Amino acid sequence: MAIILDHVSHAYEAGTSMQIKALDDVNLVIPDGQFIGLIGHTGSGKSTLVQHLNGLLKPTTGNIYYNGADIHDPEYNRKELRSKVGLVFQYPEHQLFEIDVFKDVCFGPKNLGLSQKEVELRAYEALKQVGIADEYFYQSPFDLSGGQKRRVAIAGVLAMKPEVLILDEPTAGLDPKGRDEILNLIAALQKERGITVILVSHSMEDVAKYVQRLIVMDKGRVMYDDAPAEVFKHYEELEKMGLSAPQVTYIMHALKKQGYPVNADLTTIEEAKNEILRVLRL
Amino acid sequence: MSIIKTDKLAFEYIRRDEEGNVEGITRAVDDVSLEIAQGDFIAILGHNGSGKSTLAKHMNAILYPTEGTIWVDGKDTTDEEYLWDIRQTAGMVFQNPDNQIIGQIVEEDVGFGPENMGVPTAEIWERVEESLKAVGMYEYRKQSPNKLSGGQKQRVSIAGVIAMHPKCIVLDEPTAMLDPVGRKEVIRAVRALNEVEGITVILITHYMEEVIHADKVFVMDDGHIEMQGTPKEIFSQVERLKELRLDVPQVTLLAYELEQSGVPMPKGILTTEELTEALNYAQGK
Repeated sequence: MAIILDHVSHAYEAGTSMQIKALDDVNLVIPDGQFIGLIGHTGSGKSTLVQHLNGLLKPTTGNIYYNGADIHDPEYNRKELRSKVGLVFQYPEHQLFEIDVFKDVCFGPKNLGLSQKEVELRAYEALKQVGIADEYFYQSPFDLSGGQKRRVAIAGVLAMKPEVLILDEPTAGLDPKGRDEILNLIAALQKERGITVILVSHSMEDVAKYVQRLIVMDKGRVMYDDAPAEVFKHYEELEKMGLSAPQVTYIMHALKKQGYPVNADLTTIEEAKNEILRVLRL
Repeated sequence: MSIIKTDKLAFEYIRRDEEGNVEGITRAVDDVSLEIAQGDFIAILGHNGSGKSTLAKHMNAILYPTEGTIWVDGKDTTDEEYLWDIRQTAGMVFQNPDNQIIGQIVEEDVGFGPENMGVPTAEIWERVEESLKAVGMYEYRKQSPNKLSGGQKQRVSIAGVIAMHPKCIVLDEPTAMLDPVGRKEVIRAVRALNEVEGITVILITHYMEEVIHADKVFVMDDGHIEMQGTPKEIFSQVERLKELRLDVPQVTLLAYELEQSGVPMPKGILTTEELTEALNYAQGK
């Protein structure tokens, strides 16, 4: 599986006086089994970019290929693409609609033409995976708390068994443990099933902890595309773009300034702890 | 006098079926008795579904208690005579910036509240100016809110609330949808309002770093207040917070992990400076 974006640009209200260039000459190769983080200031083009990956939005110029096929070719089956590339939106209310939670999660697999038994089994598994208790299955999704709604929306996409899972700020509105649970779940799925996961996030700490590749967007362009540790070395430039490094990185830089011979380019608590212990034992 | 006081406050959400029959009851807030002093910066933490937002919505009478009482600036919220006074005393800012802005132009949106209060026109414009300046958005006053970033929109929402000259602002996860810079801007604006204007701030958040400067922290769990104290007292209890599905600031967690690995560390470290001091001390420097 590979998604290729080739000189993709997207302008909202193209050709009018209100034109906004949301994506500006984006070139990316997204291979199989990668855990990718996508960060950028509000309005940098993150949501626009991910909506191109399952064909919801069409490039103004440029092409997008899924396993070598142009997804905007008139012959291309975009419905099938959407079962392979699953997108969980920023606000779960934008994708929940059924009369009860269970029916909502059944909707996706049902549209794949599976047997009723298989549909229900997938819905049950997906809901259990995201930690929704049985007692909520027959409640209206709109009666749930914000965090629960988010989990149901994720279950709805997981039930499709996608090859690529895109989550647009999946942890906004979840409590800290909920954040950890969802991210650990995603990380486990990514590892076990070898699916590609793209995590759009405003939490530098979350992306530092989980992803292997970090893409940074600024005003519609890709500014950095590298391992998190490498990207966060540029924390001064990141700050100018409305971002930052994880808290831990700033702590390490402060310690270095104080005279501790630490490697300051660390991005997780685990790394920081081990490095400080190492230096204290010198 | 306390600006907010509750006595055995409880709230139940009642779910009904299509015919109006009761299907289920959720006791979202249960036996909450607390007092908040005027001018304080209070944080309310709690897992999803712990009752934080439900409690907050009582503070400006969006919800009324099922049991118990809540007084805002000494007035019982169920007393109809005081409803508008209460709504002017305590303003609310919600999570989604797009759900709170209705004006076509920033200054019109900010003027909406005072206009509905019957404030004379000249004074409305004065208030709009001073509120936008207080949140650092005065130069955007003639712009369409659509062109603003999330953090900027939230600051406009806050300006819209303070234009009503409230004594108290309740913010329900105001930074949840913002990027790091947006978050900083909003918290900076809110802290300035508290420190300079003396407005009571009640902040509900899941970002622990936003809470370290609070005067007092309440931790809710399943509708009750489970813990209360200063940030230092609360964040010293890392294991307890984890049990309650919460977290601590990264620097606090790092200090805790170092302590677990044998480095002598005081509890409740909240800033990088405190961590550095503690390490210097541990090294005998």
